[in-house]
Amino acid sequence: MPTKTHVQTRINGEDVDFLCEPRQSLLECLRDVVGLTGSKEGCNDGNCGACTVNHDGRIVDSCLVLGVEAEGKEILTIEGVASPEGLHPIQQAFLENAALQCGICTPGFIVASKALLEAEPNPSEQRIRLWLAGNLCRCTGYDKIVRAVMDAAGKM
Amino acid sequence: MAGGTDLIVLLRVNPERVNSPELIVDIKEIPELNELSYSATGGLTLGAAVPCYKIYQNPEVAKAYPGLIDAASLIGGIQIQGRASIGGNLCNSTPSADSIPAMIAHNVMCKIAGPNGTREVAVENFCTGPSQNVLESNELLVSLHFPPSPDNFGARYIRFIPRNEMDIAVAGAGVSVVLDNGTLKSARVALASVAPTPLLVNKISEALAGQPANEATVQEAGKLAKEAASPITDMRGTVEYRKHLCDVLTRRALAAAITRAKGGTVDAD
Amino acid sequence: MTTTAYDPNVVLATKTYDVVGTRPIRHDGADKVTGRAQYGADFRASGVLAAKLLRSPHSHARIKSVDISKAEALEGVRAVITGKDFPESGPDDTVTSSLGTFKAKRVREHCMATEKVLYRGHPVAAVAAVSPHIADEAVSLIEVEYAVLPPVTTALQGMADGAPILHDDVRTTEGGEEKPGNTNVAAHIQYKKGDVETGFAKADIIVEREFNTATVHQGYIEPHSCTVFWNKDGKVDIWNSSQAPFDIRDATAGILGVPLSDVKLTPMEIGGGFGGKWEPYVEPVAAILSKKTGRPVANAMTRAEDLEATGPTPGSYVKVKMGVTNEGKIVAGQAYIAFEAGGYPGSPVDAACQCVFAPYEIENALIDGYDVVVNKPKSAAYRAPGATHAELASEAVVDELAEKLGLDPIEFRLANAAKEGTRRVDGPLFPRIGCVEVLEAMKNHPHYTAPLEGPNRGRGVAIGFWVNAGLQSSATINVNKNGTASLIEGSPDIGGSRVGLAMQAAETLGIPAEDVHPAVVDTNSIGFTVGTGGSRVTFATGWASYLAAEDVNSQMVERAAMIWEIDKSSIEMDRGVIKSKSDPELKMTFKEMADQMDDTGGAIVGKGTIDPTGVGGAFAGLIVDIEADPETGKVSILRATIVQDAGKAIHPSYVEGQMQGGTVQGIGWALNEEYFMDDQGRMANATFLDYRMPIALDLPMIDTVIVEVANPGHPFGVRGVGEVPIVPPPAAVANAIYRALGVRMDRLPMNPVAIMEAVWAKGRSDGSSLPSAWA
Repeated sequence: MPTKTHVQTRINGEDVDFLCEPRQSLLECLRDVVGLTGSKEGCNDGNCGACTVNHDGRIVDSCLVLGVEAEGKEILTIEGVASPEGLHPIQQAFLENAALQCGICTPGFIVASKALLEAEPNPSEQRIRLWLAGNLCRCTGYDKIVRAVMDAAGKM
Repeated sequence: MAGGTDLIVLLRVNPERVNSPELIVDIKEIPELNELSYSATGGLTLGAAVPCYKIYQNPEVAKAYPGLIDAASLIGGIQIQGRASIGGNLCNSTPSADSIPAMIAHNVMCKIAGPNGTREVAVENFCTGPSQNVLESNELLVSLHFPPSPDNFGARYIRFIPRNEMDIAVAGAGVSVVLDNGTLKSARVALASVAPTPLLVNKISEALAGQPANEATVQEAGKLAKEAASPITDMRGTVEYRKHLCDVLTRRALAAAITRAKGGTVDAD
Repeated sequence: MTTTAYDPNVVLATKTYDVVGTRPIRHDGADKVTGRAQYGADFRASGVLAAKLLRSPHSHARIKSVDISKAEALEGVRAVITGKDFPESGPDDTVTSSLGTFKAKRVREHCMATEKVLYRGHPVAAVAAVSPHIADEAVSLIEVEYAVLPPVTTALQGMADGAPILHDDVRTTEGGEEKPGNTNVAAHIQYKKGDVETGFAKADIIVEREFNTATVHQGYIEPHSCTVFWNKDGKVDIWNSSQAPFDIRDATAGILGVPLSDVKLTPMEIGGGFGGKWEPYVEPVAAILSKKTGRPVANAMTRAEDLEATGPTPGSYVKVKMGVTNEGKIVAGQAYIAFEAGGYPGSPVDAACQCVFAPYEIENALIDGYDVVVNKPKSAAYRAPGATHAELASEAVVDELAEKLGLDPIEFRLANAAKEGTRRVDGPLFPRIGCVEVLEAMKNHPHYTAPLEGPNRGRGVAIGFWVNAGLQSSATINVNKNGTASLIEGSPDIGGSRVGLAMQAAETLGIPAEDVHPAVVDTNSIGFTVGTGGSRVTFATGWASYLAAEDVNSQMVERAAMIWEIDKSSIEMDRGVIKSKSDPELKMTFKEMADQMDDTGGAIVGKGTIDPTGVGGAFAGLIVDIEADPETGKVSILRATIVQDAGKAIHPSYVEGQMQGGTVQGIGWALNEEYFMDDQGRMANATFLDYRMPIALDLPMIDTVIVEVANPGHPFGVRGVGEVPIVPPPAAVANAIYRALGVRMDRLPMNPVAIMEAVWAKGRSDGSSLPSAWA
């Protein structure tokens, strides 16, 4: 049995600890060890953004972070975006603007957009498109996603 | 491992390229590798592990080295820039690396540490072949030093990719100039993806020194870049197309560097 | 918010309803925006083992030996299988699904090869282990000896004399008969109308062009995944990401040699399909591993496996020749279409032949199509399969004819447009269709006449046709006491279809969309339903939902008759109100009747099942403005407007979504997507880094116009919308590039290298010096 490391971290505002092998990515740990399957694997090499999480205030591809690197970090996944009170304005905007079709890329887009709008409350269309360049969507052609982000910006 | 955005992928799909390691050392906590300090007289010391976003979010650095920001802000998308470092980009040592021509244009010196102490290597000499560099197996890249920019200095990195982000450069040109009253006191042009390593084209530096900063000089630089390039044909481009791009990108980057040297701004790519 | 002087999303509605045509929030929305929705790889079974497959590194080779002993010995490995663990196939054994009936031997060899590998990635063995990493290690310990053979990589190469032959049992079927002799051509299809020689003799202008298109992939963001458990009672349980549960159930049962009643398939939420998730790939493999180990077995493909070893759309060679009179009438059309079927026969070349000239009334036509096996993964459907390749060619030729005639491109198309009663070359008469209406809407859109100034800019237009499908669907509606209802159906929701089905049911029941709760269920829980694709869900499953709602309504009428003690023939139900035709005092709402179910006979369950005729074909048109960088060949999309006839847009937002998404896939296909094949027939770019799909930064907003020419064959007039929007973009972009740079491209993708080479060739051939911009 390969030796596992004990990782202590914070995920979605809760202290979480888990065991993992060094070769397991943060994405794999979230999905298969911690049980948070909201972040998705689309490519496993940083080219699609379906695994986007917020890591110490920056959006990253969790497939390119090792599980052991999460030690002591503050991680936000899609599961942590809504609050007990209700959906986040970005989530609501995605629904109202029909900004998802199959929905597989949606968690990555929501986590990425949230980081953008928290740093820049009123981004232009081009700024949104640049920020989301690392998130692939094959269903929507991005139009309604960009509209949803602009819509949410007006409501945050 | 710093950001890991190249290394983790290689470990999964092509570990032989990094000598199939059995141990990965995370260097992100080493203070010297995280240095990001700038002064107008001392220049910029960029630790090897500093992620791209810290560079372009630093207002002083962004103002002093727009040519570096050109590169740091287009590597791989926002998520990648949250982890990837310029030092890692350099150590990965592919000819297509976006940061290396920009660093060559800035006369960057690499500080390397090993069991026998530290040594310095000019960044244009760091890469020795595709995915090969001067680091011995017991050495570590510590930091990159950008000299303070002289007066009337301007630099620009432009690459060509088929989409608008997320692609590896088909070709790239990192250019810097120092102007003296409408004349090019000096110029440096380095090319990505058109040789086994990022390519500093000394012929252009020689040819441009003392020339007027005008269209004819720009055209001449483009021609020389095209001649100097020795690309291959692969799935990202053909020999003919890449050589042609060297001409195009060198002209565009040189014109932009001249604009910056005069105190002007250029559009984002 | 970006504002425009025009409405970026227009619905030219022809009929209004209470629910249909509105834009409620989709019922599965909250789950999908919070990460709670369970997709294929999110399913968790206790005791599950991870499966990984050993795949051929060669594109064409004979398998000489397979040694799995080292893999079996690795700690953590629970089973290793090869193709020999599949049931033996007799020469006449077949496997059937809605895609057709196929030789069982071929289907099993495709799943896992024992004799020959026919493409890089072709499975040869599989491992089940306690972790995916250990399974990967075990796979690397399996030793296979191959005798490598020269590969065939294009259709034309496969058709040439002396080409390596992939299968010794492939024969060309032509006119229903098999021609003798070894060949790579599995089928020759031909359609004729009138006489093309006479037709071309009448033509004043003839244009003939050839096109080569590279292999492209559906590119769904979620790779294939499945979990399979073969229980001790013989029942096989499958949970997977798929768009065709019954089809995959039936095919998997056939491959495993078990009755289809022993297999249950539960479709998880699906992260995109576009036609590529209609067939089993790993499911039978995981099933056999599960049988051997007694445990559930799960597999998720890597992106490289998905690109290399599932079902891309064929690469193709298409030649189109069309003739017009000086008055602008198309008098003859001829097409030669050769498709790369991949390692096994079955490309969509027939559909390509049906579509190539479909948008036009042409008296004389001859279409020849060839299905050619090559050493690439076996092709699968990709959104209007075959039509995009064919209509790239015909729409580019139409554009050239219009230019030579000096006619406006849309006016020329209008003058020749197919209408109700036009006979397609392959035989069917068009019913009421919206080709003319789409063209008119394009002509009238502000985009078409907006000034486009500046060098190296061009505007291109193209239209497209797709046949659409009917096929079987079923639905059940269970009424709840509080006046709501659940709608049970078997169409995986790839693009927001479940809300459209709920809306059709709600409209018919006369209750709000929010009060119908749609559920996509497993193959034991709903009547037979063909897969989600063919632009058929809103059409056919919607129709089944409508029938189920009508069934509920008629039962409610019967209950009312019971309560009011009058004959049910004197009661009607309309928009959720049940009332007596003669006595205005006697009425009650759906909700009030639901409340009385217990006392009037118990639960009300409605059912609907349909195999519809009256499928309405779909037309779409794209107007696209581009700017080309004349020094690099890079094309930027400045503006795009997609116009499409939806018959009736049940939920306009999701119709717009299909139009926008299909347009962008078409743009990717046009500009940068392709399989780069090395000289050994292997894909060199099996990552999303170098298989370049459009990103958000590559595009502007995609404006939409929904035209509604009601399909007389459907209760709400629905015409399927999912597929046709991918058809016009490659031709429209090619036509725009012509106007920007003066070159007519003859290949896909029209990537920067290809465009520069075309520009350079033009400069050299017409002796003109290069413009000063590039000196």
